[in-house]
Amino acid sequence: MSLRRIAYTRPWRTFVAGFFKENAVVYQLLGLCSVLAVSNRMENAVAMGLGVVFVVTISSTLISLLRRWIPSQYRLITYMTVTSTFVIVVDQFLKANFPVISSQLGPYVGLIITNCIVMGRQEAFAIKNGAWLSFLDGLGSSLSYVYTLIILALIREVLGFGTLLNIRVLPQSFPPWVVISMAQGAWFLLAVFYWGFRRVAKLRPVEQE
Amino acid sequence: MTLNPLIILVAAVFTHNIALTYLIGMCPMLAMSSRVDTAAGMGVAVTFVLAITGPLNWVVYKLLLVPSHSEVMSFLVFIIVIASAVQLVEMLVSRFFPALHSSFGVFLPLITVNCAVLAVSLFVMLREYTLWQTVTFSIGTGIGWGLATTIIAGVRERLVLVGDVPPDLRGAGITMVIAGILALAFIGFSGMVAIQ
Repeated sequence: MSLRRIAYTRPWRTFVAGFFKENAVVYQLLGLCSVLAVSNRMENAVAMGLGVVFVVTISSTLISLLRRWIPSQYRLITYMTVTSTFVIVVDQFLKANFPVISSQLGPYVGLIITNCIVMGRQEAFAIKNGAWLSFLDGLGSSLSYVYTLIILALIREVLGFGTLLNIRVLPQSFPPWVVISMAQGAWFLLAVFYWGFRRVAKLRPVEQE
Repeated sequence: MTLNPLIILVAAVFTHNIALTYLIGMCPMLAMSSRVDTAAGMGVAVTFVLAITGPLNWVVYKLLLVPSHSEVMSFLVFIIVIASAVQLVEMLVSRFFPALHSSFGVFLPLITVNCAVLAVSLFVMLREYTLWQTVTFSIGTGIGWGLATTIIAGVRERLVLVGDVPPDLRGAGITMVIAGILALAFIGFSGMVAIQ
């Protein structure tokens, strides 16, 4: 199949929609808590991002495989049980291999359970579609979360601490912009990112309330 | 941990507000903050649910998970306890307080996925609070979340009158800016009490 043909297939479009046009953070407004909270350092952002990719893709695929056996009135509790199981795996993995990052992330690893991206993709896509498409949909959405996190972490770590992955990149004489690494700065930065992203992606403007 | 439970209450509302300083519970905050009465209703519902699930999870953790050395399962157990408690509260409220149910009953099912509720149990576990500290921390967190959401809703209602927001920044974007300004204002409280 030529590249051009691939661009029109359903799996590819599913992936791209999640990855760019329907950016999980900016377009769907999902998973904001952790975006703001862990994007102050690059290592946290990468660890958190990979954790979310793992949980979203695996749990979406599993829900999709099980979708014929999940009674609709119990589906929410099923999502949560499946999701928590994989979050426990991520948490234990981080604790065993990266104890420093694990303690910096603190409660935010556990909060992947209530990270709306996970349940959002399960409810909006996986429960109605096949396993392969659900896998791609989960992968696209969670990768959009990852690059958003990385862009924000890049700005916040460099300006807030003068370092990148704990290696100094700005001269010592540059005064650290403390507020950008705090919660308050995160708000303004995310608002600017939201503004720029919607402009670049040419998303339909929100109606004035 | 010898912190006075009342200090924890004040800290959870003002100096360590869960939404503004820990950035937890954002999704419902952005979704529910378009009107003051909705925001306040949600705040009451969250406080109510937290006052039940916070101590309940503490009891389950201390009496069930720690003795059986299965702390690993805490995430799974906490979320199931929260989901069932929310369901139970909704049934009880609709049975015995129909008026209350019609005013904030619609918010109850949404609370299961409010990160703030799960976060309280995780913080309690990490900081090793006692039962009384857990009770005040849970209630304070609920009040703090409701307060922040209600203030933001108030600002957003006024914003319609000014109304000159750039098209691409409307909706969630401008709400983030409002939350940022509010978070800066809350720094003013930070000298009051200190917890960790």
